[in-house]
Amino acid sequence: MSLLEATDRATTTSSADWVGSRRSTLIALTLITVVSVIVAIGLGPVGVAPPTVLRIIGHHVFGLFEAENWARTDDAIIWEVRLPRVLLGAIVGSALGVVGVTLQAIVRNPLAEPYILGVSSGASTGAAAAILFGIGSGLGAESVSLMAFFGALGALALVLALARSTGRITPSRMLVAGVAVSYLLSAVTSLLILFAHSAEGARAVMFWLLGSLANADWSTLPIGYLGMGLGMVLVFWWRRRLDLLALGDETAMASGVDPGRTRLLLVIVVALCVGFAVSLSGGIGFVGLAAPHIARRVIGPIHRHLIPASAALGALMLVWADVAARMALQPRELPIGVVTGVVGAPVLVALVRKLNHSN
Amino acid sequence: MIAATGIDLRLGAADVLSGAQLCTRPGQVVGLIGPNGSGKSSLLRCLYGMLRPNRGAVLIDGEAIASMSQRSIARSVSVVTQDASADGIDISVGEFVLLGRHVHRGDHQGFTDDDRKAALEGLEMVDMAGFVERSLNHLSGGERQRVMIARCIAQQSPVILLDEPTNHLDVRYQHEVLTLVRRLKIDTIVVLHDLNLASRYCDHLVLLDYGTVVHQGRPDEVLRSDVLEPVYGIEVRRLADGQHSHLAFGPLAT
Repeated sequence: MSLLEATDRATTTSSADWVGSRRSTLIALTLITVVSVIVAIGLGPVGVAPPTVLRIIGHHVFGLFEAENWARTDDAIIWEVRLPRVLLGAIVGSALGVVGVTLQAIVRNPLAEPYILGVSSGASTGAAAAILFGIGSGLGAESVSLMAFFGALGALALVLALARSTGRITPSRMLVAGVAVSYLLSAVTSLLILFAHSAEGARAVMFWLLGSLANADWSTLPIGYLGMGLGMVLVFWWRRRLDLLALGDETAMASGVDPGRTRLLLVIVVALCVGFAVSLSGGIGFVGLAAPHIARRVIGPIHRHLIPASAALGALMLVWADVAARMALQPRELPIGVVTGVVGAPVLVALVRKLNHSN
Repeated sequence: MIAATGIDLRLGAADVLSGAQLCTRPGQVVGLIGPNGSGKSSLLRCLYGMLRPNRGAVLIDGEAIASMSQRSIARSVSVVTQDASADGIDISVGEFVLLGRHVHRGDHQGFTDDDRKAALEGLEMVDMAGFVERSLNHLSGGERQRVMIARCIAQQSPVILLDEPTNHLDVRYQHEVLTLVRRLKIDTIVVLHDLNLASRYCDHLVLLDYGTVVHQGRPDEVLRSDVLEPVYGIEVRRLADGQHSHLAFGPLAT
C-alpha cells in the first residue's frame, strides 16, 4: 500500500472505530450486576419478590412506602441479613476481580490471582491466632477481622522485603517470594490449629479459610466499601501504567513509567484491598482468577475497559455463588469458596474453550 | 540531543561498560556495533534510564537523566525495545501506538482526539494506517517492527533509540525497517548486529568492545579489516560491488 492510500484509509477510519468504545458492553454488565444484586437479595431459604425487596430498601433508605405492606420478618431478613450480605459480596467480588487484573498485569502472568502474594495466608494466620488463642482480643468486637488485616499486612511486608532484597522488584522474584510466604504462613496456621486442640475452633478457622459472607453486617460494611472502593479507584487511576507494564518493563520505561516504583505502589494498593476482602469474608478463591479472564475475553486487554468489566464480573460471580451457597443445602450453608471452585472452574474452562473456537 | 560520557556499568560481578561514551548527531543515524556481549544494548539501556550506570552521566539537552522523572526522559527519548512483543496480549495496533502518547497525558487524563491523530499519523508514516484495528499478534515481524516505530513517532520525542530492530527479520524486512528509520530524519541511535546493514544505513558508527568504545567515525572509517579483525577475531575482507562495498567474514575459500 502506498503512503497516499494509507493516508486515505486513515482518514476514512473514524477514531471511534478503532479506539473501541466498549461503552455498551460496560453498561450492559453494570445493569446485569445491579439487577442480580436486587434479585439475589430476595433469594434464600425465605424467598422475597424483587418488588418487595425494592420497597423495603426504599423504605429504609428514603423513607418511602408504608412499612405495613410487608411482613416484619421479611423486613428483618432483607434489611438486617440479606442486603448487607449481598452488598458485601458485590464489593468483595469486584475487589477480587480488580486485584486479579492488576496482579496479572504487574507480574505478567495470566495465572496470577489475589492470593499469590501470600496476603490471604497472612490474613488466615492472623484470624486463626485470634479465633484459637484469643490473640488480639483487646482490639474489641472485630478482633478477628483486625487480626486478619494485620496478618495480611505482615505477609505483604515479608514478601516485599524478600522480593526487594537485591534492589528492584521483578515479576519472577515477586512470584517466588509470594509463593514462599504463602507456604510458610499456611504451615503456621496448620500448627496453630494443631496446638489449639479445639475441634470447634478448628471448624471456625476452616469455615473462615474457605470464605463466607455470613458475617456481613452494617457496622463493618462502610469500612469495607471505603477501603476496597479506594483501592479500585487507585488501580483505575493507574490503568495506563498497567497497560504498559503488561507489555514489558522496557516498554513501560520507554513510555515514561518506572516499572519498579509502579509495581510497588500497586502491590501495596492490592494488598490493602485483599486485606479488607479477606478480613471481612475469609479466603474466597477463584473469583480473582476467573473474573479477569472472562472480562478479557469479553472486552479486550485495555485496562480502562478491563478494570470495570472485571469489577462487574467479580461482583456478579460472587453474588450468585453466595445465592448458591445459602440455597443448595439449606438450611445448612456451604462455604462460598466451595461454590466458586466447584461451579467456577468448569464454567471458566468451558468459556475459554468456546471463545477460543469462535476466534 | 542525548550524550553519555564516561559510563561504567557493573551488572552482578561483570563489568559490562567501562568509560563508554556515545551521543546523537543532529538528523543522523548513529549505529552502535560490536561483538556479542560488548555492551551495545546495555549502553543503549543506560540512555533512557532502564539501566543506571555506576559512574558517568547521561545528559539530555545538558540535564542529567538521574535527576529527571521517567516521564520527562520519555518525552525526549523514545525506544524500540526488544521486549515489546505483546505475546499473549490481544492488543490492537491502534491502541498500542496510542500508548506512546502516555508521556503527554497525566495518569488521570484520557486520551484526546489529538492523541488519536498523532497515533494515526505515526501509523501513516510507516504505511500501517490500514492496520489500526488489527491485533498486534497477527502481524508479521516486519509489520510489527513498523508499528513499534509508529509508537515512537506518536511519542513525538526528538530522539529515537532502536535496540536491534532487525532481529528475527528476513532480509527484505531488515532493509524495509532501516530505510524507514533513515527516512524519519530524527536523531537516531540504532544497535545493529549486521555490519553490512550498519554500513549501508548509518551515518556514523560507534564500535564497542568489552564495554569500551574502541573506534568511531564514518562507516568507511570504522568498517576496515584492521579495525574489525582484532575486535571480532575473524578475518574481514571488503568486497567492492559497483557503488556499494560489502564485508565478507571468515577465511575465504582458496
